[in-house]
Amino acid sequence: MTAATVSPPLKPSRNLDPKTEPINGPKGVLLSNGRQLVSMRIAICQALCEEMQRDDAIFIMGEEVAQYQGAYKVTKGLLDQFGPERVIDTPITESGFTGLAVGAAMTGLRPVIEYMSWNFSLVAFDQIISNASKMSYMTGGMFSVPLVMRGPNGAGPRVSSQHSHAVEALFSHFPGLIVVSPSTPYDAKGLMKTALRQNNPVCFLENEMIYGLEQEIPVEDYQIPFGKGDIKRAGGDCTVVAVSRSVHWSLEAAEQLAKDGIECEVVDPRTVKPLDIDLIAASVRKTNRCVVVEECYQTGGVGAEIAARLQDICFDDLDAPVGRVTTTENPMPYAANLENETLPKPHRIVAAVKKACYR
Amino acid sequence: MAVSSTAPTIDRVAIRAQMGKERLLRIYQQMLLVRRFEERAAIQYQARKILGFLHLYIGQEAVAGGFYDHLEGGKDYSVTSYRCHAQALFLGLDPKELMAELFGKITGNVRGKGGSMHFFSKEKGYLGGHGIVGGQIPVGTGAAFTAKYRKTGGVSVTFLGDGAVPQGTFHESLNMASLWNLPAIYVIENNMYGMGTACTRAVAVQDMAVAKAPGYNMKAWTIRDGLDLFECWAVAKEVVAYARTGKPALVEAKTYRYRGHSVSDAGQYRSKEELERYQQLDPIERVKKDLIEAGWLTDAGAEQIDEQVQTRVREAVQFADESPEPPLDELFKDVYAK
Repeated sequence: MTAATVSPPLKPSRNLDPKTEPINGPKGVLLSNGRQLVSMRIAICQALCEEMQRDDAIFIMGEEVAQYQGAYKVTKGLLDQFGPERVIDTPITESGFTGLAVGAAMTGLRPVIEYMSWNFSLVAFDQIISNASKMSYMTGGMFSVPLVMRGPNGAGPRVSSQHSHAVEALFSHFPGLIVVSPSTPYDAKGLMKTALRQNNPVCFLENEMIYGLEQEIPVEDYQIPFGKGDIKRAGGDCTVVAVSRSVHWSLEAAEQLAKDGIECEVVDPRTVKPLDIDLIAASVRKTNRCVVVEECYQTGGVGAEIAARLQDICFDDLDAPVGRVTTTENPMPYAANLENETLPKPHRIVAAVKKACYR
Repeated sequence: MAVSSTAPTIDRVAIRAQMGKERLLRIYQQMLLVRRFEERAAIQYQARKILGFLHLYIGQEAVAGGFYDHLEGGKDYSVTSYRCHAQALFLGLDPKELMAELFGKITGNVRGKGGSMHFFSKEKGYLGGHGIVGGQIPVGTGAAFTAKYRKTGGVSVTFLGDGAVPQGTFHESLNMASLWNLPAIYVIENNMYGMGTACTRAVAVQDMAVAKAPGYNMKAWTIRDGLDLFECWAVAKEVVAYARTGKPALVEAKTYRYRGHSVSDAGQYRSKEELERYQQLDPIERVKKDLIEAGWLTDAGAEQIDEQVQTRVREAVQFADESPEPPLDELFKDVYAK
């Protein structure tokens, strides 16, 4: 392993008994080794809960976050614990509550707003871009917007065109925003804590399809800094940079490729902005090959940015063009077979890595 | 017509007595400062010392003048559109830093990063000038949310133009403010035109506050003559007191801008006669007349005040002109907050 930071191994998903074991809310399953087993949604909920206990400026606002306990149950239990002044159901009014959160952040609070999915953030695009992202700069540093915008991003299960956007590249385009895309419970909790203790607007992009993913994580408080990637699998033959859910597809592809004697190094940048290009480049200097896997589109995607930066800083280390496995350039179709071909699934990753390895 | 024939006759003498000499003189000086500052800015624009947009408030001074007298800087919040110079001056910001901002200098209000549309003051709770029509309305709502969350007793005043009324943010904000009983005041400054489009061609109702407020279970006020400081001040007093009880309020002030939407606007969408009719109602001239009538100001005293104000503005121009541009290492500063 070459990585400075290696997150704890992932657990295969279990069939939990909701009567005896928590599947959501802020409580994990305490283990005899002094650690706790948590799902992605519990990890995020824990971070929110612990930070709300620490800092009374933090409040949560969004559609169905309080009485309904969150459309995906990420905020379960928080209303009971913190009351309706701090856990607030909103009307369906994304532009309105995003702008409200910007104003609250400018006047000393630390709002967390949930988009039921990032698809709906597009309704609030003006508030995110023209207000949140520019406020620090256009006020000469007078005001800041400590705002966490969070919710599931990327394709859900068979939800077709208007509910399958992946917005990492879109929001990364604008200076002033931080874009976080965790792939594991450990990363999600540590990154959420960092998000809640800094002063910039953060797009915290979760993924519905991995909310149930479990991992052993520390019980103690920890943070993960922005701009520090993580090696999710070590390997010497090809670097695979993967974002969010794509990390898991890439790990699956890596296992298949290992059978053919190709060892992939799966690098998870964890935050798309700031991007840990140094970690990616260090891996590429070792493997001399790179494939980027993401749920955004290829045109102007995260892969486009990484490929451009790699040719800038380690052009001579590359033995093959940088490959890109992205969502194909069509709106998400409903049909199962078409959806499967649209997403950057393992079979496409395997093909792209083999191409980069001239195999 | 900004001034409705059905406007109730307000008792100007009674309101004047309520305000008192010192306060009325102070507001008069502030209004005059806003006027002279912007007149001078327009000249500097012609001289190409100021570029980009320059949206002038000239003609509308009584509206902000009436409201700011009831607000406490530091406790109350305010926010407005890109027509944001007057608010900053009524809050007492130094004309020097404001003019320097227009000149794009490092000594400017926001270090030369914002220009004409983006004046701010953290100390005074001024959440700025905003360049997207209607974009500031939920921001002002958020400031009211903070006042309620922190139980400060403060209120938030959001100024918006008639052109912002059809935007979604207006309706979304009113709905949230009413649902959650936020101390939020929304002041529609109806200057009759959203850029070159008469509000009658853009908004389906005439008396905007009165028509819209019931849909959000809110109380409405209409300032029939928004060029009259006394009416603006009296309504503002009532509205601010109402909002301090934890209720949102919607106000329409029917007013008029004498200059174009921005300085590049030739104003061909309105007649010369219409403009002249409103110029007869000049809000600053009317306050001056009232002050003289009350025996609180003489012609000579008025001239002296004007000279003092002109001097301040000239000094501001000189300060702006002589200030250095931002050093190039400012380019990436404050993209992210510390």
